[in-house]
Amino acid sequence: MRVPAAWLRSYCDPGTSAQEMADALTMAGVKLERLDHAGVGDAGGFVIGKVLEAGPHPNADRLSVCLVHDGSGDPRTIVCGAPNVAEGQTVAVALPGAVMPDGTRLGEAKLRGVRSSGMILAEDEVGIGTDHAGIMVLDDSLEAGSPLAEHLPVSDDVLELEVTPNRPDVMGVYGVARDLHAVTGAPLADDPTTQDAEPAGADDVTDHASVEIDPEICLRFVARVFEGVRIGPSPLWLKQRLLAAGQRPISNVVDITNYVMLTTGQPLHAFDLDRVRGARIVVRRAAEGERMTTLDDVERTFTSDMALVCDAEGPSGIAGVMGGQISEISDDTTRVLMEAATWVGPNIMRTSKALGLRSEASARFEKQLHPELAIAAQRLASRLMVELTGARLVPGTIDESPVTTGNRVLQLRHDRMERLLGEQIDPTTVEQILTRLGFTLLPGSGWSVPPWRAADVTREVDLIEEVARIYGLDKLPTTLPSRRAAVGRLTPGQRLRRRLEDVLRDRGLYETVSYSFVAPAALARLRLENAPLLRLTNPLSEEQSVMRPLLLTGLLDAAAHNAAHGRDRVRLFESARAFEASGSLDEVPEGSPGGATPATESHHLAGLVTVAQPGGWRTPEIPPDYHSARALVDALMESAGVDWRAEPAERPFLHPGRAAAILSDDGRDLGWVGELHPLVSRGWELEGTVAAFELDLDLLTELAGERPDTYRDVTSFPSVRQDIAVVVPQDVPAADVERAVRAGAGELLAGVGVFDLYRGEQVGEGRKSLALRLEFRAPDRTLTDEDVAEPRARIEKELAELGGALRA
Amino acid sequence: MPDAPARPDLDQLRSEAEAAVDGAGDGAALEELRVRYLGRKSPLTQVLRSIRDLPPEERGPTGQQANRVRQALEGLIEDRTRALETADLDRRLAEDRIDVTLPGDPPLPAGHLHLISQIRRRMEDVFVGLGFNVLEGPEIEYDYYNFTALNHPPEHPARLPQDTFYLAESVLLRTHTSPMQIRAMEESGPPIYVVVPGRVYRPDTPDATHVPMFHQLEGLAIDEDITLADLQGVLLAFARQMFGEATEVRLRPGYFPFTEPSVEVDVSCFRCGGTGVVKEGRCPTCRGEGWIEILGSGMVDPNVLGYVAGSGYDPERVQGFAFGMGIERIAMLVHQVPDLRMLFENDARLLEQFGAGT
Repeated sequence: MRVPAAWLRSYCDPGTSAQEMADALTMAGVKLERLDHAGVGDAGGFVIGKVLEAGPHPNADRLSVCLVHDGSGDPRTIVCGAPNVAEGQTVAVALPGAVMPDGTRLGEAKLRGVRSSGMILAEDEVGIGTDHAGIMVLDDSLEAGSPLAEHLPVSDDVLELEVTPNRPDVMGVYGVARDLHAVTGAPLADDPTTQDAEPAGADDVTDHASVEIDPEICLRFVARVFEGVRIGPSPLWLKQRLLAAGQRPISNVVDITNYVMLTTGQPLHAFDLDRVRGARIVVRRAAEGERMTTLDDVERTFTSDMALVCDAEGPSGIAGVMGGQISEISDDTTRVLMEAATWVGPNIMRTSKALGLRSEASARFEKQLHPELAIAAQRLASRLMVELTGARLVPGTIDESPVTTGNRVLQLRHDRMERLLGEQIDPTTVEQILTRLGFTLLPGSGWSVPPWRAADVTREVDLIEEVARIYGLDKLPTTLPSRRAAVGRLTPGQRLRRRLEDVLRDRGLYETVSYSFVAPAALARLRLENAPLLRLTNPLSEEQSVMRPLLLTGLLDAAAHNAAHGRDRVRLFESARAFEASGSLDEVPEGSPGGATPATESHHLAGLVTVAQPGGWRTPEIPPDYHSARALVDALMESAGVDWRAEPAERPFLHPGRAAAILSDDGRDLGWVGELHPLVSRGWELEGTVAAFELDLDLLTELAGERPDTYRDVTSFPSVRQDIAVVVPQDVPAADVERAVRAGAGELLAGVGVFDLYRGEQVGEGRKSLALRLEFRAPDRTLTDEDVAEPRARIEKELAELGGALRA
Repeated sequence: MPDAPARPDLDQLRSEAEAAVDGAGDGAALEELRVRYLGRKSPLTQVLRSIRDLPPEERGPTGQQANRVRQALEGLIEDRTRALETADLDRRLAEDRIDVTLPGDPPLPAGHLHLISQIRRRMEDVFVGLGFNVLEGPEIEYDYYNFTALNHPPEHPARLPQDTFYLAESVLLRTHTSPMQIRAMEESGPPIYVVVPGRVYRPDTPDATHVPMFHQLEGLAIDEDITLADLQGVLLAFARQMFGEATEVRLRPGYFPFTEPSVEVDVSCFRCGGTGVVKEGRCPTCRGEGWIEILGSGMVDPNVLGYVAGSGYDPERVQGFAFGMGIERIAMLVHQVPDLRMLFENDARLLEQFGAGT
């Protein structure tokens, strides 16, 4: 909303700068976006001049050479191109050195051989009008040399205000003035819509036109008829206000509709009544697929929930959004039907969004205007019509208003207000604030809400907000809640997540953040074609159209991005949600879903490495493989305190021989680790082996901390270490050997780990030798060789079942 | 005066051996001397072995003298051996020089938390310190939680597909973290003090200040006597932790469907100290305004409490505040990141700019 400062001051002038007025409004909830300027930046150098002589230019037919008195000593010579310049005129003059609205500084110049020192101004040259046909001819009573700015608004500040959706009232300059009045206390001029015009004649409006509305889409339709309208340009003051507010002046009638809208917030529409077929206005819903060409010359197609304003034969405008060409005002219009209507805000918003068509009118209507404004706007428009176009106001008003509502009355409890704000505001201050805002105290019943705030102020708490915003939120004390026995802390799961993220960070991984929606094609490249997908119905693009079931694609994208930017060795991780359908999205509970979620979401932690250990000047780079990714999983599981195992498993996107499922002790699937399938790496144009893993952190959190955490004596007695070599068939997994060792060793075993793997002649074809280090410990004594002899024998028995044996 | 030595030849042997040891140049020579003077066939050993053949009165003095000589020689050889070893080691070490200016073996590069995580953790920690718990909630949400129970009427424009991603008619990607206000209150009665960090989604075409997915942190405090002044206090404490102790906050009236009164919160610009001016001219962080808008908040609307009245939230009995802010916005302000999209490119060069994170 552009509010010219001079216009604002004409209703409420606190005597402060535009910036200070804007600051006051900002702190009252009408925020300044930008302080702009209309017209010339500096009014210095613009003065009143008298044309003493105007003669032909010796070298140019269309130019005149004028002698102009600017109030200082000798008259100056000015070459002027305007056809209407003449001796004796009082004109506006820019002197050399003056800065024009476009920022150029006026200099002295030779025009076709004649030196010109200054410029006689047309209205568009100082930004107060659009007319460039001739120079402005001013009132002769003005004195030569007096500053132009004293007589014409050639320089004005403009407040560009951000208006929140609940404040249609400040979509009009007078509404802004009302807030300024409330917050500064400076007097507020009378409401310009109070006075009506005098009708003339013995006829009645119903003799000239008729109106029919659909009350579901139109809350009020007020029409008046004017005859003897003379179309012409608006006066300079009106044009200047429109221009400063960002509206281009067109003709007096159209300008009046815009001016009234900018003043009151209520849009109006003027019809050339002679072109309204059947002299009849019908407001109805559009037929599905109905078409019309709007004022902007675009043919538009409508749906049945859009409202149209039609005449007897067809649509002439989209209600509340934009007029049509059919009954547009033209230069030879003499009879005008002026419309001020109240539309259903949400309907206008939907229509305007659906058509991609937003206008000054729709921006106001969508905030829901009150029906009372329609008649108020008619009063101001009527006065201007009579005054500026010489029209006769036909007696009577067509007023289709199916809904009539009285003003709402609200209670305001001062103790409630204090309880909410934390500050006691003196009752007389409260009364003063609300009164200035246009609320009326009805003794014994409460506060009556003015129509222009009816949509927003419906409850006591809304009244409290009104008081608070004008009183000044900056005056509130700064306190902290008086807490009652509540302590803030992260949950064990939240702390675990941070710890695991840190584990990866400390192993040289960079954390990434990728979009939760991915391309179906990316999942296809992971060879996950058949997975059920959660698809957006309105994605921004196919690339971002399905909710990802795993984080891997984001890591691959990140690796590819970095490779493309010269960084092909990366270690990356992400910690985020993965999504899975958990039932039909169309079956939604009535009312509250009671804590249910529409889909299954689990927090994943995934890593991807394209290097295991960077190379140096004497050490070769170690490329990643299954084992280097698994080392990360080992570290995570150790930190989480979760017992787990890896089992050979297939994932379509992993190397079939180098992939494992990460299983909890009780067999729950926690995720996967492995080398990516070469076709997958190639799909992202990544060279060499890529190793990755992905874990379900939610499951991990459930399992974490289940290990006993009470004291065990591990220091009083030394443990006994034994190294054994186990020969087993080639295809027996190390994990099975380890499990056999554990099963055989019994309670005394404190730890076991593989430390060597050997294949070769000494163990025979199809067999391998694993070297394991065993640690035995008892809490109550130092173990002897005899103590561990028995476990060894049992281990041997367990191994025999795997087809293995202890090697001598 | 000591007795004269029983065997003058032994003393002579000793001086001879001492001279030889002093002159020995390496370990092999010393070993040879050790064999010659102390070995089984050495004269000294011969003497010790033949003691029992001596007359009884000579046995004691001779034995003592021979042992003295032997100990002396042993000590001498040992000392000389050590001296030679030390010299040898010194010589070898002196030769064993490397170029200490070469780089070390490459360590794993230090890892980094993403800037968004770093800021999110800092924010969480501040609010935990202020007595808030941290909650998270679903990103695929029912419109009931995202809109309806947050006092958005059915025709509210935010519900339009231009502003919300949908998966089905009533299922969407949450457009803010606010649905967790309702879920949290349904889950447990008052008092409640929680913050909710998480991802949110809006169908915005990416530009320097818009991306279709970003992060918010929601706050909710409901108790019997929470006031707007308390909101100011909590946010002031937060702002000072994030932006520095000199920071001030400013509440400005605003509008949100689910708070009443609604307030926008500005912080004084930490770059220019609220003056709007830096050395180079107009402060780029606050665009010369001295204040930076960082979040929206307000007192929870009674209508919202009405939706959870069944869990003990009677709008006449309890009240409180809610706020929501963009984590990226804070990150961009604190670290002067010029373009939001950069936070989602995962470019290693950017990721490694901002420390490891705590």
